Amino acid sequence: MADLRINLAGIESPNPFWLASAPPTNSGYQVQRAFEAGWGGAVWKTLGDPILNVSSRFAAVHFNGQKVAGFNNIELITDRPLEVNLKEIYETKKRFPNHAIIASLMVEPKLEKWHEIVKRVEDVGVDGLELNFGCPHGMAERGMGAASGQVPELVEKQTYWAKEVAKTPVIVKLTPNITDITVTAEAAVNGGADAISMINTINSLAGVDIDSWNTIPHVAGKGAHGGYCGPAVKPIALNMVGECARNSRINVPISGIGGISNWKDAVEFMLMGATGVQVCTAAMHHGFRIVEDMIDGLNNYLDEKGLTSVMDLVGKSVPKYSDWGELDLNYKVVARINNDVCIKCNKCHISCEDTSHQCIDLLKDANGNSQLKVREEDCVGCNLCSIVCPVEGAIEMVEVPSELPPMTWNEHQAVIGAASGAIDPITK
Amino acid sequence: MSSVNQLRVSLDHLHENFQEVYPGLTKQEAIEEANRCLYCYDAPCINACPTGINIPSFIKKIASGNLKGSAKTIMEANPIGASCARVCPTEELCEGACVLNHSTKPIRIGNLQRYATDWAIKNEQVLFEAGKKNGKTVAIVGGGPAGLAAARELARLGYEVTIFEAEEKAGGLNTYGIVSFRLPKEVSYWEVNQVKSLHVNIRTSTRVGQDISVDEIMSKHDIVLLAIGMSKVPDIGISGEELLGVYDAIEFVKETKTKPISNRLLGKRVAVIGAGNTAIDAATCSVRLGADNVKILYRRTMSEMTAYEFEYEFAKQDGVEFRWLTAPKRIIGDEEGNVKAIECIKMELGEQGEDGRCRPVPIEGSEFTLEVDAVIKAIGQSRYVGLIEQFELEHMDGVVKINPTTFQTSNKKVFACGDVIFGKGQGEAMVVSAAQQGKESAYAIHQVLSNPVSELA
Repeated sequence: MADLRINLAGIESPNPFWLASAPPTNSGYQVQRAFEAGWGGAVWKTLGDPILNVSSRFAAVHFNGQKVAGFNNIELITDRPLEVNLKEIYETKKRFPNHAIIASLMVEPKLEKWHEIVKRVEDVGVDGLELNFGCPHGMAERGMGAASGQVPELVEKQTYWAKEVAKTPVIVKLTPNITDITVTAEAAVNGGADAISMINTINSLAGVDIDSWNTIPHVAGKGAHGGYCGPAVKPIALNMVGECARNSRINVPISGIGGISNWKDAVEFMLMGATGVQVCTAAMHHGFRIVEDMIDGLNNYLDEKGLTSVMDLVGKSVPKYSDWGELDLNYKVVARINNDVCIKCNKCHISCEDTSHQCIDLLKDANGNSQLKVREEDCVGCNLCSIVCPVEGAIEMVEVPSELPPMTWNEHQAVIGAASGAIDPITK
Repeated sequence: MSSVNQLRVSLDHLHENFQEVYPGLTKQEAIEEANRCLYCYDAPCINACPTGINIPSFIKKIASGNLKGSAKTIMEANPIGASCARVCPTEELCEGACVLNHSTKPIRIGNLQRYATDWAIKNEQVLFEAGKKNGKTVAIVGGGPAGLAAARELARLGYEVTIFEAEEKAGGLNTYGIVSFRLPKEVSYWEVNQVKSLHVNIRTSTRVGQDISVDEIMSKHDIVLLAIGMSKVPDIGISGEELLGVYDAIEFVKETKTKPISNRLLGKRVAVIGAGNTAIDAATCSVRLGADNVKILYRRTMSEMTAYEFEYEFAKQDGVEFRWLTAPKRIIGDEEGNVKAIECIKMELGEQGEDGRCRPVPIEGSEFTLEVDAVIKAIGQSRYVGLIEQFELEHMDGVVKINPTTFQTSNKKVFACGDVIFGKGQGEAMVVSAAQQGKESAYAIHQVLSNPVSELA
């Protein structure tokens, strides 16, 4: 049994699974239920000046009968008085001293506001702070959340103000609604952040009702953009985590957030540089009990890999994440179809024929049965066939030895540049 | 003797036993199942469907919520696609060909087809339009699956089509011959109305050769299509067939679809002779009419039985007993002329006959008697030989000879399709095959009539 404890910038928790600041962490009752279920930490639903919420707040994107591929919300930060939240944080921490409780904070971009709230929440014994510079809806219209999180100077300044008085570690939660998240991540680091967390939700409109022509969700016939999260956003989040993790100027731990639904997702985020993960949509979809498999699956995975601590995963894939210009142009894989496993749905053929490189032939054997065959010389190794194949083991992408030594685009350009006197490598 | 009626039958409300047995898929079930379909390219299920329904397409349309398009895709290829959704031997056809047989479990194509067509029925959809009139006329004799399918396609091609139907309602086997709890007649009526909506004139209660002469039909139409199907169950040729309580299976089933449900079999013992799909229908109908014991007597074994596997399973679940290698020898009556028993003889399989099946041979001295109150004959169907001869068509024992590519009979003005051409190594007996033949004969007629060099001479 591996050691699942993590230490994220000084914040310790019994396992890497935290609940993200969101509806699941709205109250002491909920957070205590979560800790009972096994969650290692909770980022309390964002504290600030109480707001008013609207009715009809969530919407989801379902895909081919699968519920909640993506999730959208227009709920704001806590709508409960600060005193109530602080009292419940105090009580929860007292009951669960070994679990991490992080207070998510959002106030107007003013020094006094930050100083005041940091002091008040630290007084009740939180383990850390998370500055919410990410909420994309509602609060942003008032100059908070993503509105300040999109401006590197504001990120830096507010982080600095919080850090001026904070005694516990400060995590800065970043918005993905920005072209290059490493810019704001770096600003947070420059402001003194002890860690960063990402991603907050992505600007979204979940849908339009094709009968009423209302937005989904709508509030009395009107809609406003919300924040998107859930499984659909995982690749976006994973990239942003990876981009920050491999950036040498962003040298603080990362708390990974975005579409994490199970232990495998968590492993991926940690391999890509996250020290721990935060979860919301999966818990909202299934309840707190899903953490049981997250812990169990992670444990079994670590045992199988012979790792004694979950911290051993952190960042192991980061060196493998690079720029396109660093990829080997002479590496080649081709598709191979195992006709014994293949069930002859012919999807590989039609996807290749219509939309890729026309290299899978649909042949008929002597009995008139389909036989699918890849013309390897024409296969570019795009993976499409293996992606659409519904049967495991029917299509394998096989590495074929290259006659040429490895050569990246940057090396290729350098060679040409050396010959012509001009160099145009791709760098970040 | 065990009683079958502890099963799924109400003895107090017999008519309830004739409600459709299987409820259709719910919306959620249909969507989940539709989403499971891989949407194969060049899908084997399409090739396995005698009418070539684009199955992945209609299933995709269920998944996307385009039910009208789904129903139209089905009915386009199969004008009796709602009936076929219920009666097709899908495990031998589309579902048997589903590639998921090789990985998980096949898509429930029949049920999805029913879901889409049920939607169209419930929402009173009219899916097709008549073509621009081309001034040519076709008479179709017989308004069953083959005739309706042909009429639908001919009407879309602009022909003025008249169907001559002997019965009070069109639909043929689907209306009268398949038990209500498998195929309610309303489903068949809807399909008939789809054809009617293309301005096809359906003259019901009009028996050709009786209510209207063959000459009149021949002289008043450019083409005649014979789709008369088959007739009643022939005599077995044993004594006692005239007794009260001896039934023709086709008539027996028809009665349950056309008259109030009778209680005359309540608590009775029934023997059904034969093991085809009609025999199963007669047996399961008997169970639903409250019979206390129902036996199917078949002179061969399970392997030679022509009933579909799912029909056999259905009958077993109904508690029907199967007595293999058992042939009737005579039906015994009481003083009042009612059936009271049937004498049988045990059989064994002998050498292969002309049809490839082993011939049953009686075992001497193995006679035994079963006490029964009713005997239902389901040993096949006879042919409308008289009518075929009135049309002066070449035939073999009532199986009309056709040119298999043109569907033309020995009289080039007369085409034929459906059960009337089935047998003697020709055609297929399935409802769905009749529909396909109806379509194909319509196209053949169109080809002939639109060909400048007349092939009718």
